[in-house]
Amino acid sequence: MSQTNRIDGGLIDRARTLNFRFDGKTFQGHPGDTLASALLANGVRLMGRSFKYHRPRGPLTAGSEEPNALVELRTGARQEPNVRATVAELFDGLDARSQNHVGSLSRDWLAVNDLLSPFFAAGFYYKTFMWPKAFWEKLYEPMIRRAAGLGSLTKETDPDSYDKGFLHCDLLVIGAGPAGLSAALTAGRAGADVILADEDFVMGGRLNAETFAVGDMAPGDWAAQAVAELTSLPNVRLMPRTTVLGAFDHGIYGALERVSDHLAEPAPGKPRQTLWRIYTKRSILTAGAIERPIAFRNNDRPGIMLASALRSYANRWAAVPGKDVAIFTNNDDGHRTAADLLSKGVRVAAVIDSRLSEAPRTNRYEVVAGAQVVDSNGRLGVHSITVKLPGGDTRVIPCDALGVSGGWNPNVHLTCHQRGLPVWNEDIAAFVPGASLPQGMTVAGAANGAFSTAGALASGAGAAAAALGDLGIKAKPADLPQAEDDPIRITPLYHVPGKGRAWLDQQNDVTVKDVKLAHQEGYRSVEHLKRYTTLGMATDQGKTANIGGMAVMAEMTGKSIPETGTTIFRPPYTPVPIGAFAGRSAGKDFRPVRQTPSHSWAAEQGAVFVEVGMWLRAQWFPKKGETHWRQSVDREVLATRKSVGICDVTTLGKIDVQGTDAAEFLNKIYANAFAKLAVGKVRYGLMLREDGMAMDDGTTARLAEDHFVMTTTTANAVGVYRHMEFCRQCLWPDMDVQIISTTEAWAQYSVAGPNARKLLQKIVDPAFDISNEAFPYMGCGEITVCGGLRARLFRISFSGELAYEIAVPTRYGDALVRRMVEVGQEFDAIVYGTEALGVMRIEKGHAAGNELNGTTSALNLGMGGMVSKKKDSIGSTLSEREGMNREDALALVGFRPVNPSESFAAGCHFIAKGAEANAKNDQGYMTSVCFSPNLGYTIGLGFLKNGAARKGEVLRAVNPVQNAETLVEVVSAHFIDPEGERLRA
Amino acid sequence: MIIPHPLLGPRDSQEFTYLGDASLIERPDWQADNAVDQFHDYLYLRDNPAGAHRELWFHEQGDRSWLVVTRDTVTHEIISAELARDVAKAKGRSK
Repeated sequence: MSQTNRIDGGLIDRARTLNFRFDGKTFQGHPGDTLASALLANGVRLMGRSFKYHRPRGPLTAGSEEPNALVELRTGARQEPNVRATVAELFDGLDARSQNHVGSLSRDWLAVNDLLSPFFAAGFYYKTFMWPKAFWEKLYEPMIRRAAGLGSLTKETDPDSYDKGFLHCDLLVIGAGPAGLSAALTAGRAGADVILADEDFVMGGRLNAETFAVGDMAPGDWAAQAVAELTSLPNVRLMPRTTVLGAFDHGIYGALERVSDHLAEPAPGKPRQTLWRIYTKRSILTAGAIERPIAFRNNDRPGIMLASALRSYANRWAAVPGKDVAIFTNNDDGHRTAADLLSKGVRVAAVIDSRLSEAPRTNRYEVVAGAQVVDSNGRLGVHSITVKLPGGDTRVIPCDALGVSGGWNPNVHLTCHQRGLPVWNEDIAAFVPGASLPQGMTVAGAANGAFSTAGALASGAGAAAAALGDLGIKAKPADLPQAEDDPIRITPLYHVPGKGRAWLDQQNDVTVKDVKLAHQEGYRSVEHLKRYTTLGMATDQGKTANIGGMAVMAEMTGKSIPETGTTIFRPPYTPVPIGAFAGRSAGKDFRPVRQTPSHSWAAEQGAVFVEVGMWLRAQWFPKKGETHWRQSVDREVLATRKSVGICDVTTLGKIDVQGTDAAEFLNKIYANAFAKLAVGKVRYGLMLREDGMAMDDGTTARLAEDHFVMTTTTANAVGVYRHMEFCRQCLWPDMDVQIISTTEAWAQYSVAGPNARKLLQKIVDPAFDISNEAFPYMGCGEITVCGGLRARLFRISFSGELAYEIAVPTRYGDALVRRMVEVGQEFDAIVYGTEALGVMRIEKGHAAGNELNGTTSALNLGMGGMVSKKKDSIGSTLSEREGMNREDALALVGFRPVNPSESFAAGCHFIAKGAEANAKNDQGYMTSVCFSPNLGYTIGLGFLKNGAARKGEVLRAVNPVQNAETLVEVVSAHFIDPEGERLRA
Repeated sequence: MIIPHPLLGPRDSQEFTYLGDASLIERPDWQADNAVDQFHDYLYLRDNPAGAHRELWFHEQGDRSWLVVTRDTVTHEIISAELARDVAKAKGRSK
């Protein structure tokens, strides 16, 4: 019973047998098989159900253009839907299942859709299932979605890895058929850097599927010999199982290499697939051609396939879908299939040639000339065809397979990725590449309409020599063997007129009738036709369907096919898994994090971390017995304000600014004045965008006349640096100023609280006086600590306490923080995280990211007076606009609950008492909220219209999201030490 | 895309970040009579040509040069790439 439809010959390794499963049943095949060829060899023609009507379907093709034979491959986490059985390489243990049916594949309950087909014609979404209206969303659409579909996804995480790679070459050859091989041989022998890529796992293209001689060799043997020579050349890289999926700008190509798809699972350390970016100087497209079908009634039964596919299965895979084969053709190539099958011992029932006088005659098989196949019969596969004879009579011909040949379409896909349009060639009745090609590309072989083997060999070699000539590499076309050079003889026929449904696009169940209906309803452009009927959509993108659809449209409009035109070809050529696009950017690596120099110290303290600007920052440090984050944060805040706390602030952006014009440069970057800042002093700076909105803020220290150190917020470090380079290079190019980011060069810690100085005095070397007199508030200096370690000390405060920030070279950060904690024990020093930092800055009324949110100006922030009108700075001119200076402009103020036991959330909007809570009555919004352990109640910062003048007023803080509201009183934003006495202590 | 960096040769556009129209170099004089109007136009008005477009690219993952790249927005052909500093100086910008 096994492999009943296996014949002699083929490129399969019969010495080894592979076991595989399809729909739970076990079969045998051989290395070299695809899933489709192995199933056909086992007498399985039915491989799936169609998208809309659930019609039984088998493979139409033997390649990546396959519309029908889509299966679910593998199980568990590796389960993959919509795999084309025609390109799935067989491996031992392969487990595949047919998809899109309810019940078994042969008894699909949803086949009822086929009887209901009048309801599912083109555009049915827009016409039927309209009443009652409410049923669409709840009933009709979910039902249709469930019935119409492809495979199902595994819900498990993909266990495999994907990689990305970059390659460079003189010449990329796309496709390893006769033209590609002769191009690669020509270029390889000339010493050029060549990449030859092919989607197949065996190189050679059609040569592996044909029987005519190349020189004195079988075509497959010639291909194998050419591949062996190319493999021996160190300057040639062969990439089988690699699909060049797109032609991008400037000679760059994308390619997907299926590294491990032919294995049960990837080898250890190997990716499943690699997405390559290939930089080329020249490329030659030798992607061959794809045969097209002829549409007729019931032309979709399993066993009916392209004549070339039938020939491929027989010659390359020694498999036939039936023992009694008929051919339907409009050109001479169909006869080649008949001849090959005969020589393999397969019975050829008849060749139905639609041409009357041009049909070749032979006594080897019956030729029914001037006839057309008008119908097929059979339940789950073809068992006979009905043929309309020239006189009008019909004749039924029994057969269990039918090969259909409607002519060949050059594979122009990649020539169109850069706006190129193909042109119609009447001689071969097909589109060929147009004159406008992607940069550096030429096209050769069947892809360019040179269909004969001799023509392909010659054009590939010629194209390679010419391309290398452009690069100054001398190459002579490779010596080429003799090969068939048959002319193309075709009389176009795209569909057989008549009743019933004739399938144009089998993947989307689009019939000739559907295209006619679309035309009738006014759709004329092929792009509209595509969207309305879904012709040419989904995984195969209509590779076998589009020309037929256009031909019907052309017929209806009375135009020619070239006048009707093609839809636009877009990358990727065949489907690419999203995992391949992600590459290694998956899981944790999707967004890598940065760690500060003392990260492991913080982790040892049990810190809870949060991601900020890609940094991991300690949020708080839970102590034993603390079960809620608020307990830790409240303790950290109180202990800092009582004695001293240490916080890692390394993540703040640091930009070193040097040069004789450094002060003048900062004067332009910051809205407030910087030119006169004294050496040894620090100043707060507010940076605006050119439109007057706050961009960032921070402190900048002047270490010398021509040397400043700027800090930025953690999140804006990159953007501020980019902006400053723009200003320096594009706006004031003659300024003598150099900048560089030193964020990662310095570890920096805040030491805050009444005992901050006492703690620091224990580590600062005695030569440096940091007393209040010698080192006052907003002072800075370069010092040494711990016996000679260079450091920078800044007396600045975010918390409102007596505070410093101390910076040491990155590699000493860990040691420094450990030393400070050790010497701080005497003062009950604690370490605090970003939450406590946030609480203290809200208590102090300092603006942060929540307030500098991209929609707030200096005036809104209460810093309008800081914007100097005496100088030019970024944003200063447009800050003067009327709309930016309204009397009722939002102003930053503080809020507290009228009832101290109540709380509120950031994001609340302020509404007057008694007013309706709507946008019209909006008075402003809350930006930052925390519980103040010092005050014992919730406090907030927010923007309120004309806020500065409204202290003492009571408003409603309305939270429509959580359906809550709280009465709040407007207060000063400075909840703690409003006079700033602690800072200067 | 490949950008021909005037100092570093051909570089992949992925190494760059894009800002926009190179007219951003031509920042108006803050002391002009109608400075607010000029700044408004400078900041908000852009041409959107189908064809040659001069635009600013920052070699962020490279040498941190700002470049003025002239690119055909229809074909993506790069017609030229210059250092923005040189362009700014040629336009008379100084300090």
